[in-house]
Amino acid sequence: MNMRRTKDLLMKLTSTLITLIMAVPLLWIILDVIIKGASALSLDFIISLPAPFGEVGGGIGNAILGTLIINAMACVIGLPLGIATGIYLSEYSNGSKISALLRTAIDTLSGIPSIILGLFAFSLIVIRVGHYTALAAAFALSIIMIPVVSKATEEGMKTVSVDIREGAIALGLPKWVITIKIVLGIAKSSVITSSLLAFARISGETAPLLFTSLFSYYWPRGLNEPMASLQVLIYNYAMSGFESWVVKAWGASLLLMLLVLSINILVRRFSTKVG
Amino acid sequence: MKYKSNFFFEKIFKTILKITSLIVIGIFILLFYSLVERSIPSLFQNGLEILFGTSWDPNFEIFGGAPAILGTLFSSAIALIFALPISLCIAIFYTEYGPVRLRPFISGIMDLLAAIPSVIYGIWGLWTLSPILKINFQEPIIASIGFIPIFSGPAYGLSIFLASLILTIMITPIISSISIDIFSKTPMHLREGMFALGATKWEVIKNVVFPFAKRGVFAATILGLGRALGETMAVTMVIGNSYLWPFKSVSLFASASTITSKIASEFPESVVNLIHNSSLISLALILLIISISINFVAEIISKKSVGG
Repeated sequence: MNMRRTKDLLMKLTSTLITLIMAVPLLWIILDVIIKGASALSLDFIISLPAPFGEVGGGIGNAILGTLIINAMACVIGLPLGIATGIYLSEYSNGSKISALLRTAIDTLSGIPSIILGLFAFSLIVIRVGHYTALAAAFALSIIMIPVVSKATEEGMKTVSVDIREGAIALGLPKWVITIKIVLGIAKSSVITSSLLAFARISGETAPLLFTSLFSYYWPRGLNEPMASLQVLIYNYAMSGFESWVVKAWGASLLLMLLVLSINILVRRFSTKVG
Repeated sequence: MKYKSNFFFEKIFKTILKITSLIVIGIFILLFYSLVERSIPSLFQNGLEILFGTSWDPNFEIFGGAPAILGTLFSSAIALIFALPISLCIAIFYTEYGPVRLRPFISGIMDLLAAIPSVIYGIWGLWTLSPILKINFQEPIIASIGFIPIFSGPAYGLSIFLASLILTIMITPIISSISIDIFSKTPMHLREGMFALGATKWEVIKNVVFPFAKRGVFAATILGLGRALGETMAVTMVIGNSYLWPFKSVSLFASASTITSKIASEFPESVVNLIHNSSLISLALILLIISISINFVAEIISKKSVGG
């Protein structure tokens, strides 16, 4: 009897302790990035170009702009494809061959390491175009968004009850109106939530950018050009080992972390399925 | 008239959906096609060397992938060995022992850990964790039990050990949040039945919750494994990118390579040498095959677990 109680107590203590310990890396990383990053921050840091090597000062303005441009392009490609395939799988598939193949494609794509998507974009676009380009980066990132948005759209639409659908049919509405206005209207929140989370997710993705948008020390001059991004800047500067560059990498990390975590926290706040 | 135009729009709408679906399927097929296409020059020249060869020297066109492949498998396996018990403890605390008031905090911590970009794990591991671990953990261990080969020195701060540790932190949120979901689905009547027989909480967990959740937790573990295998930035920044491990040194504290770190650190310079470039893409193809087979297994198992 005693032995059993002791065992129970022991497990209780172990699990409590380990759960508490997992809070340590989170707090450590966040505080570390805030403390080391804050010293780099200034208005100049956010709005100006990197200084030439060896000179003090300079900023990461082009990388901030680059990340936003690449993300925006990825959304332009990824969101419509994600939402449309989600609608198709939920409302129009009827067990056809295309839908089975589409489901396999989406399930598999969601498990593919992001660096492979970068290599894919490199082989498909960079090699054919002949130079590094932000378009290839956006393409690689959009492939990350498609499964996330598609699955959430499909699940959101499938929760719409038969009553509502039948009511709409009884009103004589055609199917496409029902799908867009009523079913998608109800599933709207899961589409928006998943789009925001996918946006946050791609904002932190670095591996797909390494061989596609590469990096640039200038302001973005066109979409079909190499482009700086916060993620690649953090990697390059942190790995360079130069004191002043590492400080800039911490500053960039702080901005990136603020962007990604604030989206995640906001979505958690406002989404209904906080568990 | 109205009916006709509706019919027309219905058709357009359906066609658009079908086209987008075909585009996504096309991307999926192209992905495999272009990776295989780019791998062929290397596979043709190196053959099985890419799987079993132990050295890598682009100048002499020697491309043996074994250290990178083993590095990927080993670092992920270590991460899994740590992450699985930790995740089970978190899930137990969340669903059984811990106060309900703490639940939002725990899931918040897990969500944020999962959301932190891997390049930030990388910079933290490289500049903060690595020096601390080197002085306070690796060096004392090497000094005391360094005669055991896997703990032998010298202490490289950047090592396969550090990579595994960071992977552990990165995949624990994945495994634990799925485990929490599964644990909380344990049928109430089974739990209450055990409690009515006078069982302690731990006995209920061991005899009711674990058997119920077994398959789901396994699937979650495999999902975490898939994530660890493909993780690039954090690993590349902390593993040291050398080909020492495991053929020249078996020490956990030696710097090593993984498939992803090899690709990330060499790819840009490889563009000028077709075989070098193609060999890196062959490694990616091997990684792709590993991670797809793993996800496939997880899928089969989790589908079975729905039944009970």
